[in-house]
Amino acid sequence: MSVLIDADSTFIIQGITGREAVTMTRELLDYGSKVVGGVTPGRKGREVHGVPVEDTVRAFTERERIDGAIVAVPPAFATDAILEAVEAGVKLIVVVTERIPRAEVARAVEYAAQEGARIIGPNCLGLIAPGKSKMGGIGGAADATRRAFQPGVIGVMSRSGGMTTEISNALSEAGLGVSTAISIGGDAIIGSTYAELMPLFEADEQTQGIAIYSEPGGPMEAQLAEHIAEHGSRLPVVAFMAGRFMDEMPGMRFGHAGTIVEGRADTTADKIARLEAAGIAVAERIEEIPALLRERLDADGSGA
Amino acid sequence: MKLHEYQAKELLARYGVPTPEGRVARTADEAAEAAEALGGKVVVKAQVHAGGRGRAGGIKLADSADEARAAAEELLGTRLVTFQAPQGQPIDAVLVEEQIDVARELYLGAVIDNAAGMPVMIASAAGGMEIEEVAEEHPEQIHRQAIDPITGFQGFQARALAFATGLDGDLNRPAVALIQGLARAFRENDGSLAEINPLVVTGDGRLLAVDAKFSIDDDADYRRRDLVELRDRSQDEALEVEAEDAGIQNYIKLDGDIGCLVNGAGLAMATMDAIKFEGGEPANFLDIGTANDPEAIVAALRIIGADPEVKAVFVNIFGGLARTDVIAEGVVQAHAQGLITQPTVVRLAGTNVEDGNRILDDSGLELIRADGFADGAQKAVQAASGAD
Repeated sequence: MSVLIDADSTFIIQGITGREAVTMTRELLDYGSKVVGGVTPGRKGREVHGVPVEDTVRAFTERERIDGAIVAVPPAFATDAILEAVEAGVKLIVVVTERIPRAEVARAVEYAAQEGARIIGPNCLGLIAPGKSKMGGIGGAADATRRAFQPGVIGVMSRSGGMTTEISNALSEAGLGVSTAISIGGDAIIGSTYAELMPLFEADEQTQGIAIYSEPGGPMEAQLAEHIAEHGSRLPVVAFMAGRFMDEMPGMRFGHAGTIVEGRADTTADKIARLEAAGIAVAERIEEIPALLRERLDADGSGA
Repeated sequence: MKLHEYQAKELLARYGVPTPEGRVARTADEAAEAAEALGGKVVVKAQVHAGGRGRAGGIKLADSADEARAAAEELLGTRLVTFQAPQGQPIDAVLVEEQIDVARELYLGAVIDNAAGMPVMIASAAGGMEIEEVAEEHPEQIHRQAIDPITGFQGFQARALAFATGLDGDLNRPAVALIQGLARAFRENDGSLAEINPLVVTGDGRLLAVDAKFSIDDDADYRRRDLVELRDRSQDEALEVEAEDAGIQNYIKLDGDIGCLVNGAGLAMATMDAIKFEGGEPANFLDIGTANDPEAIVAALRIIGADPEVKAVFVNIFGGLARTDVIAEGVVQAHAQGLITQPTVVRLAGTNVEDGNRILDDSGLELIRADGFADGAQKAVQAASGAD
């Protein structure tokens, strides 16, 4: 098993005729993903690398099972595209578009939540179940993707797209491999947080451990720590903390906004303390992640 | 993008938020004229983007037109150094305003609550001070009401904030209108941060926004063209402005000597940590994103190379959407054009890495090649210290 997608997942790409989406379509097909259609209003009847294009999302959902949609339209049209997919009954929407105004993201996320659809992103690379399927630009070209993301036992979640790849690559090189890797998006408001995705990994028998990427600012790591402290977890979790250098530059990234709402600025030192208090090991370097996970997996294996 | 105080007040006034009488002046004579028109007793306020102006000497009281002229002369053409902008920001304009008889000072703000995933209105009876300090020391004095992204901000929420901060009785109706005005200004202009601090109750029982800040979500530029025109770029770091003109969204100048070119903000942050672990200091934060055009790489390297502090350059790329061959091409072109003369460490991984490495091999350039993160950081630190 894997999380959110598997080898049979079918999905469409909204904005498929855009330049970058055309490249992504090629890479997804090369990897073996089941891209069954694309949507670009006014382009019905075209094909992109053999994938049929329709004017609407409903044109597909009315005739076949569609497990997910990738939204790859420009920022000004992104909310519209997300709402169209939700309304058509699509339950998993991966938004790769960058630079969508925050008010728009808030609106889309709220609506999707009300309708029981899950958004991953925006401003993300999507997700991959190595050896089965991927959704989004994650990993890039199929051969590079296969090298960096080898099938295995560790679930990866990352706010940074690039670090999703970097961490997965380290896990693959170390022989642990990846069960599912999810690039959740780097924006302040996103559809799915670490804490919200954690139960899915918890329920996935292929996953035996978790690696997350962590950075200054935002409440996401604290939410995960709280979630684990409250519900416990069968999975050892290792966090890689980036941005320690920023602790020496107060005020650089933590504007007012976060500070007022969160009560105080969450520095990397604060975050590390919170994570460790919840039993999450914190890696200083990417290269340390696999060893930290292996230590914890071995401890479990010996019945300790 | 930040607005100046006078721009923020003009914007808020359009939403029914009352502000003091005032005029913008760009010369000392204009300041004197403004003071004259306002009856002589005025405040002269430096228009810079940073907060903490008062403490830094950027706000001066004047009791006559001559005093206003003198205050403006002292401020205009200088740079105001504040704790938020240690390198100082130029004062090209002052706002000359009537002096206000202050009975009470409150705080009113709108921000995005990232944890809740929606904007929120914040009010406090403890105005006139740093709101972060209030939030830390007296969290019970901070009152909040979310702006629902679908249904919007409601009247009962504005009333709740007004009552919680003691704006009751005759003050309640104008307070509710003011709070709703700020919420509407925030929503309709893609605000990322708006603050009225202090919100003043005057001796004669009026409400006035005595200071105002308004920042606009940079991602909403495309639909807020009118506000984008108000932008004062002189307030930003020169190299950062140049980077932005070259299409690089994410460049921040720092104090170290190792220039960094990285794809992805996370990788960029981790790269800077790695440099620090090795005992070096990064000269900048630069995320080229998925720039798949050698020109963008050349432009980025031109900016890094032009920084006189830079003694070595570290190009650290894990190509996903970004193609390492395109980046290699950019690195080679930047060196060929003499834009980078510093020793350069290159680490490539990911998409098209064989092609990328071949381009570097074939270039005949003396590049320092790295295998992996830590190795690259180490070599960059060595190169920078060797260049001393």
